[in-house]
Amino acid sequence: MALLTDLLNLDLSDSTEKIIAEYIWIGGSGMDLRSKARTLSGPVTDPSKLPKWNYDGSSTGQAPGEDSEVILYPQAIFKDPFRRGNNILVMCDCYTPAGEPIPTNKRHAAAKIFSNPAVSAEEPWYGIEQEYTLLQKDINWPLGWPVGGFPGPQGPYYCSIGADKSFGRDIVDSHYKACLYAGINISGINGEVMPGQWEFQVGPSVGISAGDQVWVARYLLERITEIAGVVVSFDPKPIPGDWNGAGAHTNYSTESMRKDGGFQVIVAAVEKLKLRHKEHIAAYGEGNERRLTGKHETADIHTFSWGVANRGASVRVGRETEQNGKGYFEDRRPASNMDPYVVTAMIADTTILWKP
Amino acid sequence: MAQAVVPAMQCQMGALGKSAVRARPAAAGGRVWGVRRSGARGTSGFKVLALGTETTGVVPRLEQLLNMDTKPYSDKIIAEYIWVGGSGIDIRSKSRTISKPVADPSELPKWNYDGSSTGQAPGEDSEVILYPQAIFKDPFRGGNNILVVCDTYTPAGEPIPTNKRHRAAQIFSDPKVASQVPWYGIEQEYTLLQRDVNWPLGWPVGGYPGPQGPYYCAVGSDKSFGRDISDAHYKACIYAGIEISGTNGEVMPGQWEYQVGPSVGIDAGDHIWASRYILERITEQAGVVLTLDPKPIQGDWNGAGCHTNYSTKAMREDGGFEVIKKAILNLSLRHDLHISAYGEGNERRLTGLHETASISDFSWGVANRGCSIRVGRDTEANGKGYLEDRRPASNMDPYTVTALLAETTLLWEPTLEAEVLAAKKLALKV
Repeated sequence: MALLTDLLNLDLSDSTEKIIAEYIWIGGSGMDLRSKARTLSGPVTDPSKLPKWNYDGSSTGQAPGEDSEVILYPQAIFKDPFRRGNNILVMCDCYTPAGEPIPTNKRHAAAKIFSNPAVSAEEPWYGIEQEYTLLQKDINWPLGWPVGGFPGPQGPYYCSIGADKSFGRDIVDSHYKACLYAGINISGINGEVMPGQWEFQVGPSVGISAGDQVWVARYLLERITEIAGVVVSFDPKPIPGDWNGAGAHTNYSTESMRKDGGFQVIVAAVEKLKLRHKEHIAAYGEGNERRLTGKHETADIHTFSWGVANRGASVRVGRETEQNGKGYFEDRRPASNMDPYVVTAMIADTTILWKP
Repeated sequence: MAQAVVPAMQCQMGALGKSAVRARPAAAGGRVWGVRRSGARGTSGFKVLALGTETTGVVPRLEQLLNMDTKPYSDKIIAEYIWVGGSGIDIRSKSRTISKPVADPSELPKWNYDGSSTGQAPGEDSEVILYPQAIFKDPFRGGNNILVVCDTYTPAGEPIPTNKRHRAAQIFSDPKVASQVPWYGIEQEYTLLQRDVNWPLGWPVGGYPGPQGPYYCAVGSDKSFGRDISDAHYKACIYAGIEISGTNGEVMPGQWEYQVGPSVGIDAGDHIWASRYILERITEQAGVVLTLDPKPIQGDWNGAGCHTNYSTKAMREDGGFEVIKKAILNLSLRHDLHISAYGEGNERRLTGLHETASISDFSWGVANRGCSIRVGRDTEANGKGYLEDRRPASNMDPYTVTALLAETTLLWEPTLEAEVLAAKKLALKV
């Protein structure tokens, strides 16, 4: 009992029904995650049973000081892998006291699109490949890179092992288990092409839950890097030059695409994406122009292209999908710092609702 | 030092284990917190899943002894008596063996300590008497061991000058106050400092971090410093029976906050002092320094406060918003008195910047964090609720502040002229 670790790991269920709920929200930059905790009188499994809360929006650039309250609406519950027991993480979105979503709340509009009958009938599935880079604290230089210099060129690092090739596996592996424990649909991980860069995949998730799960997975990742004394960056091109950027490729399918004859539906959908390329790019993450150069397995930001098994295209369709005549496609344009609510909803909107 | 011999005690063992966790003490006048709920499984209790050896200043082979459960071997418990020392903000404690678990503070013996070592008594007449007032479970020793919050008296039975609890207890037992069941929710802010250099945790030595903005409620090793202390404290307080209602990372990096409440009357002070004690025991282990200074770093960095949320029965009932406005009016007329009791050094913090109101002006507003008193949007919309006094500093004495709020709003009446003038000034129709 006496030590700090004993207290952190204390299983309170022997002495009380109370649980701790960590409310999570997105701050004023659209990318900074914030959270704070409160005590609840007993376990809760349904978000609608959780109380709304509020926070000081003037401290996150989301409200003025003289009218500072921003209201948190609980939307999704996950198990807390740090506090364990019956303690929970609660993904929230943000509203004014009058009940209007604040400008940085992208979930609200996404939820509207996903509840549109035409969209929900198609049961849109998402598999999101979140890439990220680990940086050494204080100097913000990638983990494993020599300070003041560069590692050997890319080649040996993708999915590699070894102390000279793989940097930060403990963070990635503990994140994997933490996500599984929390109830996030994490489907895999791999070391990436740039040393110190990693990827995890979340999915298949239906509709709005894709966004909830990716945001909470990002939260868990940053809590873990906080413990490890390392900095996580979601910048889409952390190191300029002959080094890969970081993306958030979004795999997508609808009911029609997954059925026989789906391949035609896919082609039609991709053609619609082509017609709205500029609008999508504008919503696919800040700084993406540094990443989408046409090199390093990206397509140039100004041109829309697609192809089977083509990693240099904006949209890639897998060989299996082509062979089976049905399946899904991969939008490779989103940057690692994209907002998953925005991207998933926009893809559904363009391919299902929008008429050219 | 003279130690009173503990007489053998008659104790109702059953009382400790019965019924559900209470927010309020069940026994008449008794204050026992953190009682096990019925049907609690087993006594083995604490599952220790150590994350690995960390520098805690504890010799590893002592862990077994520190964590030993003595219940199979003895009925005896250890009681850590806690009191406030001569500066009014230093917390002191020492422990003694009690022959069996107790159900009520009144069953614990009074004790005494060397007041000349804490600036509370002269050397030639040094005994200060400790009166046990509230019991909490000891999160460090576990088992049936307890923490005992005490207040301090002369051998003749007079409260010594630094004893603020005694007067507060008198105010809270006044029928006009007790009948209004005053509730308090206290937001204790604090700053963590690196030991030896006394520079905030996470700040580069010899320099400063990037300006405020990214740190409030943040995550990440470049934005959040000391979460383990905050989280360990949270669970320890729940275990102890303290009404801790939440925590969050604060605007200044290395600064944190936790909230205690709602507590009724004198309990608010007991719970805050017990929670401060637990916090400093935890930072002691972590090798980090705790400061409750209201403005630890000069310049464009937030200070640390102890915002006190307050309501009475009348405020919580329909029409309560009018009662709140009347209370605010009373508070506006005693601003200087309150400020003088709201913590040393508060003038460095209450500048009118950094989400504070200037120390010389009284103001109030709905959802306005730049005011002396803030009323929440919920309260305005519902027409009833509570008010938040944002003036107290992090080093305030909770007995003093909670009692003064009750006194000013429930026992004190301004003259009619003063009231009318103040109402005009604050634009309050009362």
